[in-house]
Amino acid sequence: MITLPDPKPDVLARRDAVIAGLRAAVADAEGVIGDPISLKPYETDGLSAYRQMPLAVALPESTEEVAAIMRFCHANGVRVVPRGAGTSLSGGALPMADAVVVGLMRMNQILDINYADRCATVQAGVTNIGITNAVSDEGFFYAPDPSSQLACMIGGNVNMNSGGAHCLKYGVTANNLLGLKIVTVDGEILDIGGEHLDAAGYDWLGLLTGSEGQLALVTEITVRILRSPEGARAMLAGFASNEIAGACVDSIISSGIIPVALEFMDRPAIHACEAFAHAGYPLDAEAMLIIEVEGSVAEQDDLLARLSAICNRHNPMSLKVSRSVEESLAIWKGRKGAFGAIGRISPDYLCMDGVIPTSKLPDVLRRIQEMSDSYGLKVANIFHAGDGNLHPLIMFDANDPTSFHKAETFGAEILKLCVEVGGCLTGEHGVGVEKRDLMPFQFAEHELEQQRRIKSAFDPDWLLNPSKVFPLRAPAALPRAA
Amino acid sequence: MQTNFTESQLADPDTAVANQVLRSCVHCGLCTATCPTFQLLGDELDSPRGRIYLIKDMLETNRPATEEVVLHVDRCLSCLSCMTTCPSGVHYMHLVDHARAYIERTYRRPLAERLIRGVLGWIIPRPRVFRLALAGARLVAPLARLIPGQSMLARRLRAMLALAPANVPGPDPNEGPRLYPASGPRKARVALLAGCAQQVLAPEINAATIRLLTRLGCEVVVAKGAGCCGSLNHHMGQHTPAMTLAWTNIEAWSREIDKDGLDAVVINASGCGTTVKDYGFMFRTEPAANRNKAELISGLAVDITELLTRIGYTPTRPKPGLTVAYHSACSLQHGQQITNEPKALLRKAGFRVVEPAEGHLCCGSAGTYNMLQPDIATRLRTRKLRNIAKTKPDLVAAGNIGCITQLSGDALPVVHTVALLDWMAGGPRPEGVPCVA
Repeated sequence: MITLPDPKPDVLARRDAVIAGLRAAVADAEGVIGDPISLKPYETDGLSAYRQMPLAVALPESTEEVAAIMRFCHANGVRVVPRGAGTSLSGGALPMADAVVVGLMRMNQILDINYADRCATVQAGVTNIGITNAVSDEGFFYAPDPSSQLACMIGGNVNMNSGGAHCLKYGVTANNLLGLKIVTVDGEILDIGGEHLDAAGYDWLGLLTGSEGQLALVTEITVRILRSPEGARAMLAGFASNEIAGACVDSIISSGIIPVALEFMDRPAIHACEAFAHAGYPLDAEAMLIIEVEGSVAEQDDLLARLSAICNRHNPMSLKVSRSVEESLAIWKGRKGAFGAIGRISPDYLCMDGVIPTSKLPDVLRRIQEMSDSYGLKVANIFHAGDGNLHPLIMFDANDPTSFHKAETFGAEILKLCVEVGGCLTGEHGVGVEKRDLMPFQFAEHELEQQRRIKSAFDPDWLLNPSKVFPLRAPAALPRAA
Repeated sequence: MQTNFTESQLADPDTAVANQVLRSCVHCGLCTATCPTFQLLGDELDSPRGRIYLIKDMLETNRPATEEVVLHVDRCLSCLSCMTTCPSGVHYMHLVDHARAYIERTYRRPLAERLIRGVLGWIIPRPRVFRLALAGARLVAPLARLIPGQSMLARRLRAMLALAPANVPGPDPNEGPRLYPASGPRKARVALLAGCAQQVLAPEINAATIRLLTRLGCEVVVAKGAGCCGSLNHHMGQHTPAMTLAWTNIEAWSREIDKDGLDAVVINASGCGTTVKDYGFMFRTEPAANRNKAELISGLAVDITELLTRIGYTPTRPKPGLTVAYHSACSLQHGQQITNEPKALLRKAGFRVVEPAEGHLCCGSAGTYNMLQPDIATRLRTRKLRNIAKTKPDLVAAGNIGCITQLSGDALPVVHTVALLDWMAGGPRPEGVPCVA
């Protein structure tokens, strides 16, 4: 079970004064929540096994209100946990008892769409799909597409450097950003980059993207928008084992073809998602690949023929190309709703997020299965196979404490395995609180120390989303920026 | 999601269902995205996931409902958009229905609110009383602007008066139980839920339904004793009157089944359809004989567009050359998961059908919601009308009287889908609909 640092007793004692200070910073009376009954739903995010009631919640409606909140919290030594839609699977928005949760979901306006320069500027609380919806009539889209894209907000995407099924071709959030408006820990408003490529100076955009709310609060984002492809088609390939499907992924990637998406689901995932999406997934297969190509019809035909030939070398049990837009939508509905659909077969799950070199897929999948057998916990594998980004979903029963503990240990073992084979602890969900204590498996102490110095440079008192990302230490031992 | 109920709490059948619903939720948060109130208010407490959590905490602690929980549960439209979105199959409807009844039992609302809710719950299900009340409202409607203040009570009173139509049709001479024989050989025998508010506000909807069904070979029976489906009370947490009304209908239709059999119970107000389809669940703890009756009725319940799809519909008039914006009532698209049938039928009837953006969002009607939560309802209405206008239609079609009332009074005529289908199959042109574009 994850530990959180002791709350600051002086801040807890000043609770009423903190709430009054927030009320002064936020105009709407319903924009500050302080009573325990209303705070309860904010005690957790998409990783609901971890819970902690916050001191208060503030819901600002503008960058200026965010700045006013930060000035107050900074002056009063109050910790701040930023929150978007609260869909984090790594506990990135898990509150702390002495912290104010700053929820950015009211900042949901599209501020500007610039088709000439192919970019859009939006507030942090716009949902990922909201950007695409705003530009799709003109034939554009925003490329990174996390599975939670319907709900997750772009501010959270920036902070977690989110990926998605189509990032194999288009890159992740970091590759699709042009500018940010941020509020520093002491309430200063800064603009970085703009409506053009290559921001001036050091790569601040690169540094802030994926900083998990620990360096600054992101309130506005300028993203690249791209021309939608002429068309896209998905193909479903069913295989007799995880290993065979894994080997097929390896063959596709090493052939040099880059499909727009290459997704893997194993048997439990196929069944849960089919029950939800009715997409015609092969229910007799042990593993399935969703392979999508895009472009003109001729391009699609050519790529699908070459991909089919590769699949056929791996003896697929079934091979089916989507014949209509509805069929393609259903295929993606199943994949994108996959995590929630696991709720149909298990009351709870832990969704892991590790990255491995694609050549290691068959081996890693086999070892995950062995662990599953030895822990006695079922696992469903759903992931971005093309990127080597694994999402094993460990099923457990939260009403049974031993089951949860086993699931946590099992998950940690999978992630250690990812590092061991030359991969990484997190692909797109972020370290958050979930993988915090595994960081020493990835980094040596001096490497962690360097990263802590970067945080200290932005946030000397460690007020912004502390207790995440880095293993806990006594506050006195925190490094100061030189 | 983890829950904390004791064995004795779970012995209560309602709590046991709530526990099942909560356990199926994985707290992923997708539901927040399609919730109308979360879109408008931007607070997790006004989203399905937030409400689920508030309800969970209230039930687990066995705490009487508090002002905070009531505020956010009351703001829920019960549009059930979250259920369409939820990949885990969380039955939010059964959870929120239980929460509303729990609130009604354990929370004492301010006097004015108790009065309003009591009056609405008593008047609307009774067509004769409702007709009188509307006539009265029409008389005093010009005085609405004289109601002073911005209190919730004042805004609710103004909203109610604003909703009263300028013309209340007199009672239909055919109102009441009757048997309408099929023209030609009888292919099916169906009971029509005559309903409550709809037959007062728009008696032509039942008339069109009966004309169309009898023409297509159905014998239509408006059963003696059947009336309001109970959903109005049900959605206000008024459990006992809701169950009484539901049982009255079940008995009335069961008698028809015993008499000459029934192939379907047809409903042309989708809000009612969602409830009738849930009768089996509502009576799940009753003795087997009653439960079986309720389940049988729920199994027979169909929306008019489902029935027409099943028995086959063919127009007889030439294409009208009109563009219809199809407004998908939440109770149809989310409550009953009926999305294609109405559009397919309208196309078959010869209309050009367009679908407004944000079709998943509620128009704000939601039973008595537009009277009890006028501010949110008005914002949703404005948003819906704006999206409809963008499709440049000649008229709007919807399958629920609530939506029709809510969206009327703007630039476009709003009519029931079945009225258009009846027109194209030989019935009269619905009032307000242009002859040809």
